[in-house]
Amino acid sequence: MSRRTFLRASSVTLLAAPLVRWPSLLDSPHRFLTASEAATLNALCARIIPADEDPGAAEAGALEFIDRKLIGYHRRHQALYRAGLAGIDESSLLLYSREFARLTPDQQDELLHRLEANDVPGPTWARIPAREFFGRVVEHTLEGFYGGPRHGGNRDAVSWRMLGLPTPPVRSRRPLTADWP
Amino acid sequence: MTLKHVNAVVIGSGAGGGVVAKELAEAGLSVVLLERGRWVTPDEERKDDLRNQRTTALGVPYGPDEEREPRVFVDPQGREQVVWPADGAYNNNAACVGGGTLSYGAMAWRYMAQDFRMKSIYGAPAGSTLEDWPITYDDLEPFYEKAEWEIGVAGDQSADPFKAPRRRPLPMPPLPDGSETRLLKPAAQRLGWHPFYIPMLRNTVPYHGRPGCARCRWCCGFACECNAKCGTQNTVIPAALATGHCELRTRCIAAEILLDARGRARGVEYFDADDRRQRQTADLVIVSGGAIESARLLLNSRSALFPQGLGNRHDWVGRNLQGHAYSGALGLFDHDIYDDLGPGAEIAICDFNHGNPGLIGGMMLANEFQRLPYQFAGHAPPGVPRWGKAHKDFMRAWFRRSIVIMGPSQEMPVFDARVQVDPRVRDFWGLPVARLSGLDHPHNIELCKFASDKAELWLREAGAIQTVRRQKTQQWLSGGQHQAGTCRMGGDPQTSVVDRHCKLHDVDNVFMIDASVHVTNGGFNPVLTIMAIAYYASDYIKRTWRGGGLR
Repeated sequence: MSRRTFLRASSVTLLAAPLVRWPSLLDSPHRFLTASEAATLNALCARIIPADEDPGAAEAGALEFIDRKLIGYHRRHQALYRAGLAGIDESSLLLYSREFARLTPDQQDELLHRLEANDVPGPTWARIPAREFFGRVVEHTLEGFYGGPRHGGNRDAVSWRMLGLPTPPVRSRRPLTADWP
Repeated sequence: MTLKHVNAVVIGSGAGGGVVAKELAEAGLSVVLLERGRWVTPDEERKDDLRNQRTTALGVPYGPDEEREPRVFVDPQGREQVVWPADGAYNNNAACVGGGTLSYGAMAWRYMAQDFRMKSIYGAPAGSTLEDWPITYDDLEPFYEKAEWEIGVAGDQSADPFKAPRRRPLPMPPLPDGSETRLLKPAAQRLGWHPFYIPMLRNTVPYHGRPGCARCRWCCGFACECNAKCGTQNTVIPAALATGHCELRTRCIAAEILLDARGRARGVEYFDADDRRQRQTADLVIVSGGAIESARLLLNSRSALFPQGLGNRHDWVGRNLQGHAYSGALGLFDHDIYDDLGPGAEIAICDFNHGNPGLIGGMMLANEFQRLPYQFAGHAPPGVPRWGKAHKDFMRAWFRRSIVIMGPSQEMPVFDARVQVDPRVRDFWGLPVARLSGLDHPHNIELCKFASDKAELWLREAGAIQTVRRQKTQQWLSGGQHQAGTCRMGGDPQTSVVDRHCKLHDVDNVFMIDASVHVTNGGFNPVLTIMAIAYYASDYIKRTWRGGGLR
């Protein structure tokens, strides 16, 4: 069985499994994420690379990058995101009685540090390690913030400008924003 | 289906196979060159900082196939894991025409004379199969020279007093100094060391019909868009095809080497680009698939005569897998350094390759290739968080004000660091996949600590206000792009796989011509040595060839 076939088979299983919520995307402007998942993830991105005198990961479009890759190269992480983003709101409600996106930045940072330490309440984290999920989101946010704009993140090359890299630095025959299949 | 018989079938078109195909085709032998990947043209390069052979966050553009070619990795606790080309544990090297030479950094080192006599000089440490090569530097010297001139090397090693003797200088000069070199060269001289310009397989001036380097910094891990980097795909392979005696077949997966009743190889069975099983008969079979895949092919070629795999009567095939642990340091400076000029790596020292008190061997040290933002985000020192404002501050403060110095430590081969074939996991074509297991030798950690010490010293002398060690601190399985050692060359058939001419001890028309024959792997990038051995072994084949077989 090739990996593609395997992934296809496993996502069918997930869709069919009654325990996993696989929501409708009819009301979502995104490719994989629902509107509420996107709000939670965007709030996460905004703390992973916060805005100050330079734009942060939210302004750079890290959300767009991750959403795009979750139906592309990172599709094997779909179930992790679906469960993890729900888990973060679960924990947030238990600790602060609000969804993650509605917390203050300090509260958000506190929750993220607890995720990193595997010290968060909520049934989700019995199934997936909090630290592993958060580590994956950090990795993908860094990709979306620092990687080439062609992938949907790093909008207007904001991170490259921040670092003082000549922009565009890509001496390529193809346009910088050309999409990757 | 049986195809037209040829004199030689070469499996793999990388540093070794490309050279052999050209040498044999020029000598008039009919050659079929099989490559499992595809032919990449320079204008296909996308310069994607998340998807290249060095940073694989979004995969590997030049192979192997990310949906068809898994491997199994066994960790030190014995846990098995199916791994894919973009995973570190896969120990990948590119699979395309040119192999690793399409997208490499292109450092072109000759090993030093001592590197061929490691056991005689140092003695084998406990737990290692350290051994001398059956050939010396002098045997290879003319072939190093041939590789430098035919494929093309630029640089200037004349200031290095430790280099082995050479008869002819390099054909091309180095590039003008970049900003890192302007700091590092005088600093090394003040320390009493001997800095010089790294030899590289990269045109600095027009050479053999291709242009000089445009100095873009998207180099190591990428194909060269202006075709200035010299790989086998734009030098010897086109030359082989131009003879009219060589046919290149891409997207062909070798399945097994076939034997006749007398125990001689008849040819190879492979899956072609349409996944059809084909049989190519040949007088000679030359295996150049890289240390992992070459060993796998032998182990998958089982027969009544060789039930444990071809050439594996004494259980040495796949053993002694080695590569290079890189260690060094990041130096932080209080002034701007970044000049955006490629290829990045320019200046090196060989003061610490040998003669280090209490240590076996050593390493070349050099400044690093390109710095791309995503990649640099992984360089933060301990104590700097991976996320949040502190991370952002680190990136802003130091991206343009830092230098990285690293070096490849010479590794002590270990018998149990090995390639096997997995009993259960198969690839797309149903062939058992490579199964990697074992650990490198603990001495490598000592060498890496030493490399980081010297790199810190060099960076501080150059003016670094802070240094951050980038040092290997634990044992792991070593392989990767510098993979070597799995079909050791030696005089004794009981403790090696091929003879001094790269011919299998047990089968007199099968040659292993790639880094799998390396007894040891030097404290250097291995590619020029692979090319030199390919010229050397081809020379033997041509001298002994008598139409239809070897003399």
